[in-house]
Amino acid sequence: MFITEYFKTIFRSVKSLLTGMRLTGYYFTHPSKTLTQEYPDNRKELKLADRFRGEVVMPHTEANEHRCTGCQACELACPNGTIKIITKQEILPDGKKKKRLDTMIYNLSMCTFCNLCIVACPSDAITMSQDFEHSVLDRSKLRKILNKPDSKLMEGVE
Amino acid sequence: MLIEEDYITEEGDFVVNIGPQHPATHGVLHLKVWLDGETIKHIEPHIGYIHRSIEKMSESLSYRQFIYVTSRMDYLSAHINNQACALTVEKAMQIEVPQRAKVIRVLMAELNRLTSHMLWWGCTGLDLGAVSPFFFAFREREIINELMEDTCGARLTMNYMVPGGVMADLHPDFQRKVKEVIAQFKVNIHEYDQLLSDNVIFQERVKGVGYLSKEDAISFGCSGPTARGSGISCDIRKLYPYDGYENLKFDEIIEQGGDCWARYKVRIAEMHQSMSIIDQLIDNIPEGDFQAKTKAVLKLPKGEFYQRVETARGELGVFIVSEGGTTPYRIKYRSPNFSNLSALPTMAKGCKIGDLVAIMSTIDLVIPDVDR
Repeated sequence: MFITEYFKTIFRSVKSLLTGMRLTGYYFTHPSKTLTQEYPDNRKELKLADRFRGEVVMPHTEANEHRCTGCQACELACPNGTIKIITKQEILPDGKKKKRLDTMIYNLSMCTFCNLCIVACPSDAITMSQDFEHSVLDRSKLRKILNKPDSKLMEGVE
Repeated sequence: MLIEEDYITEEGDFVVNIGPQHPATHGVLHLKVWLDGETIKHIEPHIGYIHRSIEKMSESLSYRQFIYVTSRMDYLSAHINNQACALTVEKAMQIEVPQRAKVIRVLMAELNRLTSHMLWWGCTGLDLGAVSPFFFAFREREIINELMEDTCGARLTMNYMVPGGVMADLHPDFQRKVKEVIAQFKVNIHEYDQLLSDNVIFQERVKGVGYLSKEDAISFGCSGPTARGSGISCDIRKLYPYDGYENLKFDEIIEQGGDCWARYKVRIAEMHQSMSIIDQLIDNIPEGDFQAKTKAVLKLPKGEFYQRVETARGELGVFIVSEGGTTPYRIKYRSPNFSNLSALPTMAKGCKIGDLVAIMSTIDLVIPDVDR
């Protein structure tokens, strides 16, 4: 009685092992079924999702114009103090004074990519880029100024 | 300063420190284990290595901002954590969430539960000496993560649920892709059984190990699959339904065994239940808004608000004390892992030290959720 039980256990164990081995063997002999991608080599054909949250960027037109009015909504919405906006007073042609964006400082090292600044922006001035390779050799390079030098506010954006 | 008596209490005792840097603890958990030969006499978990004071930090953040931090608590069920916070704010402000947003939330939460259980399954195999389950689990998890990336923009810390609904509408391809993933996974889950569940070596290592009685589970406040493996009915989705779970047909999985094998079976069966919930909803996403109209600055009325949800690991409670301002006066999270970890010394007492890994992996600990 004990002997039969003993051999049954051995038989069951070997059988269950072989079942698992057959499965791994199947995938070993069918390499087309594996999904692994080798990352640094597939950079050219790598397609990220269109909503992918890389770093925050400010798109500029060819005429070096952006859509940021300097309203500081993104600065208030950011939970970590990643964005800092410095504004300046600009005198319009009709003599009125108007608040305009001077510098938009974006500190990538503090960003958590939570998308709250993009949602808060009333004029769609900032978006998330597809760039995900953020490592640099010097920490000061992570502090970025988003608006290009001498850029202007786009006509018609208030 | 620790003196020698802290380590050795009795003649012949042997103390082993497992962690904080040990792959089997799934994070920076430090277990001080008193041994008698190979038998565990006592365990003392030392926690706090990854404490980031999320609760205190939230006191200086507004009601829109504090949600993203909770993705960093139980990072494997980030959606469900975010949902709990959003639900608490909605409950306090009495915001009516559109039907479409509710369905999207449940879909995302169940997909998240699937990915979490897949990762757990892979890690359990890895902990108990089977390497290939890990790759099989990540195969499916990767596809679901890509789905999340399409709609939410991130793979792990999504920050997709906002007070009043969800942040963005579903990706146009979402329904088609989810159907493909679920259809494929229904075939692939049998491979899970072939590889690990039916394996005699694996069964020998988990059956009868780490027994947690029903009374102990209640007294330690265990929840989720850990408690349901001991025969306690504690599924918040059934007992206190939220976001339309009351209209769905699914079973609460309860096993009476109380050992690692019972907890394993609960989780495997929960994957089937999650797939059945997704099947019910994926063709019936109502049209409409994905977000209710809310003010730019949210102000909660004065009072105390509590909401609980069922994460992949158990009951998560969010408690907000508001003084009527734009930031909370106090936030407390009742995290499932902290309570589940507290039952570990009882479960492991009398077991061999090799079984400790099996017990830890079937509780499915996520250490950032313990420390917060």
